[in-house]
Amino acid sequence: MKTDILQRALVAAAAAALSLCAAPSSAKEFDGVTVNVMTFTGPQIAEPLQRRAPDFEKLTGAKINVITVPFSDLYQKLLTDWAAGTNSVDAAVFAPQWMVDYVTGGYLEELTARVAKDRALKEDDVAPFFRDFSQKYSGKTYLIALDGDFHMVYYRTDVLKKLGRKPPQTWDEYLEIAKAAHNKDWNGDGKPDFGSCISKKRNAQAYWWITSISAAYIQSQGTAQGAFFDPRDLKPLTNNEAFATALRFYKDSTQYGPPNEINLDVGDTRKLFISGQCALTLDWGDIGTLAIDPTESKVKDKVGAVILPGATRVLDRDTGKLVGCDRKRCPYAVHGINHAPFAAYGGWSGGINAHANPKVKDAAYAFFSYMSQPAQSNVDVTLGKTGFNPYRISQFKDMSVWTRAGMSVEAAKNYLGAIEASLNSPNMVLDLRIPQNQRYQQVVLDTALARFLAGELDVAQTMQTIESGWNELSNELGKDKQLAAYRASIGAK
Amino acid sequence: MKPSSLGDVFDRQARAAFVLPSVLIILAFSIFPLLVSAYLSLVRFQIAPGGYTLHFVGWSNYRKLLFGSEQFHFLGTFGEVGALEWTLIGAAALWLLAAFVRYLRGGAWSLAGLAGRLLATAGLLAVAVLCAYTTGGAGRLGSFTVTLFYVTAGVAAQFLIGLGLAYLCTLPVRGRWFFRMVFFLPLMVTPVGIAYMFRMIADTTVGPLAPVWNAVGLRQISWAADPWLARIVVVIGDTWQWVPFMFIVLLAALESQPRDQIEAAQLDGAGGWRIFRDITWPSIAPVAASVVLIRLIEAFKIVDLPNVLTNGGPGIATESMTLHSFIAWRTLDLGGSAAVAYMLFFASTICCVSFFHFVVRAARRAQGA
Repeated sequence: MKTDILQRALVAAAAAALSLCAAPSSAKEFDGVTVNVMTFTGPQIAEPLQRRAPDFEKLTGAKINVITVPFSDLYQKLLTDWAAGTNSVDAAVFAPQWMVDYVTGGYLEELTARVAKDRALKEDDVAPFFRDFSQKYSGKTYLIALDGDFHMVYYRTDVLKKLGRKPPQTWDEYLEIAKAAHNKDWNGDGKPDFGSCISKKRNAQAYWWITSISAAYIQSQGTAQGAFFDPRDLKPLTNNEAFATALRFYKDSTQYGPPNEINLDVGDTRKLFISGQCALTLDWGDIGTLAIDPTESKVKDKVGAVILPGATRVLDRDTGKLVGCDRKRCPYAVHGINHAPFAAYGGWSGGINAHANPKVKDAAYAFFSYMSQPAQSNVDVTLGKTGFNPYRISQFKDMSVWTRAGMSVEAAKNYLGAIEASLNSPNMVLDLRIPQNQRYQQVVLDTALARFLAGELDVAQTMQTIESGWNELSNELGKDKQLAAYRASIGAK
Repeated sequence: MKPSSLGDVFDRQARAAFVLPSVLIILAFSIFPLLVSAYLSLVRFQIAPGGYTLHFVGWSNYRKLLFGSEQFHFLGTFGEVGALEWTLIGAAALWLLAAFVRYLRGGAWSLAGLAGRLLATAGLLAVAVLCAYTTGGAGRLGSFTVTLFYVTAGVAAQFLIGLGLAYLCTLPVRGRWFFRMVFFLPLMVTPVGIAYMFRMIADTTVGPLAPVWNAVGLRQISWAADPWLARIVVVIGDTWQWVPFMFIVLLAALESQPRDQIEAAQLDGAGGWRIFRDITWPSIAPVAASVVLIRLIEAFKIVDLPNVLTNGGPGIATESMTLHSFIAWRTLDLGGSAAVAYMLFFASTICCVSFFHFVVRAARRAQGA
């Protein structure tokens, strides 16, 4: 018995000695460093950060603690944490358009020098638009792009084929297709499906759609013309025949959508579309990758994407009326149709708290760089669950990235083609990036749209409400300052 | 005169010394935030290099809510008032006037009592007029009137159902202990959990009850798109959560009433309704009034259900004052948010103090008599 105990003790001692020998002998660069990264609840966006954090910890020793909050809370949570000096958040993944407020307050670490030295990041591979809009403010880099965002229209190829229709080129055609497809069973479950699914929930990510719709009627002379304000005097472009047309479309599309469409967030409409219940939808690049997800999608190889539909009539800013397109009025029109693709949101990007501990800043930068490097990014942009969409040149050119993920070459070309068409458009609409833009869009615009959809306001009252709300904000924040910021943000001369 | 010893000095200060920690804690955690939020309601928050600034703007945030660009949000949108609404306002005014005259003729009036009644009467009349204007014609409710709807409809429903269930559980039926436990369960669930559960249940297209809604032809009906249906769903959720609170307190009150009076009434041949009206109700009235008061205070602060169920929509139709304040806070309108919070404070204080004086104390006096 004694011998047995002795033998066991010897074996245990040997095992312990072996395990000690097997332990890594060299310390890692960020051993003992914890980085608190805040982003929105998701599950998109938070998912890739949470999934890749353990791998990053193995490589560098830094522990990444991902904190999530609802989308509508994200802007304020970050601002109050940083402005009040609490500084419990070391880094965050958020909307690049909010960068203006965070940089003004001096809360964001400038990353220009770090990016210049970081060869692994392959900065030259990031598409120029995202490099400039998503990463820079006043010529300096503050964020690392992790995602590329454009609004597009997605359609069911099989549905359009059965209806004998082509993908919508104008918003009128969109409504015609939605009407024709509505109340018919398109997924074979015996229940009638919907012609169009557009997320219209208040306090969510829905308020961008109205700009996607109105832009084609409002902006025709190129990006510097602006689609939110008149860059001559900061007059809101929300009280005219063009915006009224967009509002009417917005409401009309509701009759071809699910009965509770005004209470659906973008996650809800995505589920409806990939479960085969919608013929058309408006979304960022996410539908393209969600549609090939074998665990959820019922529409694999049945989805097409197209640049945002356009308009044949555009706004005369002096009269506030719509006038027909001609070469002078719509120099970028294709077959007489003016498209104005909207770079809504710009793409989720990572920024670092300027007041974080220097070692934590280094670890945070290393993490964002790791996430953005092609080895990780080229996989993440092909997964619907990540919420990341292509933003690197190689992701547009290398078809193998997409075929490996299960997308057919034809589908990949169609999907990337729609994004590239938007990305390369000289009439692209840039998202609002003036101080406190979140109050213009997420408060005044969002509330007015919700009241309009609920029938509390008619078209004229909605336009009046948005215009007076935006003017009140501009006057409160300083009209001249806001005008200068707006002109600079769109490159107006 | 003998000089005070040190022990006497300690004895004299002991009361203050024992009370002081509690006072300091209350000051720190209750009064101090109240004062800070009062100050916040008079300022405008702005981001500035290196931090933020607070600009003093006086009553501007309150003016915005009552007369300015946020009036639609707080008080509502005014419509046309018809003959029916004017008749109801007139009836309410006459009733209040009669109550006022009765008080004055009672002979036992005081200056404080008079001032309180004047304030309560003016408040009630103002609410009646506001309700008439915001429900008539093209009128829309604001967060103030929506909150009043939640408070009155919700608390009334919770009281009636809670009292009914409590009464049933006092009857000698089999399994009443099981029912007592089941009726109490909803109170244990977190409000956000209840809100998500109701959101799923009420979803007519993809919720767990979607086949049922489909079978009865309600798949195309969306409660979330109709202002009054959405408000009613919020009240149903709130009622489901808070009926157990009413139930448990009223059950205790019902079970503690003296049995001899009821047995004597039964021997005299009194029916169930007569016994309830003349014996049970007077006996439980003070407890009933108190439990309603507690719920009133709590009901004014409703935020979780409308936030999760509808996000305040459609439009702003289901936004309570607390949710209004929360959304303003979330968008960094700290001054506006604090102003809404203070309006809520005034409204709930006037309402609850009036209820205490006119109902709770009256019920206690009646029981004492």
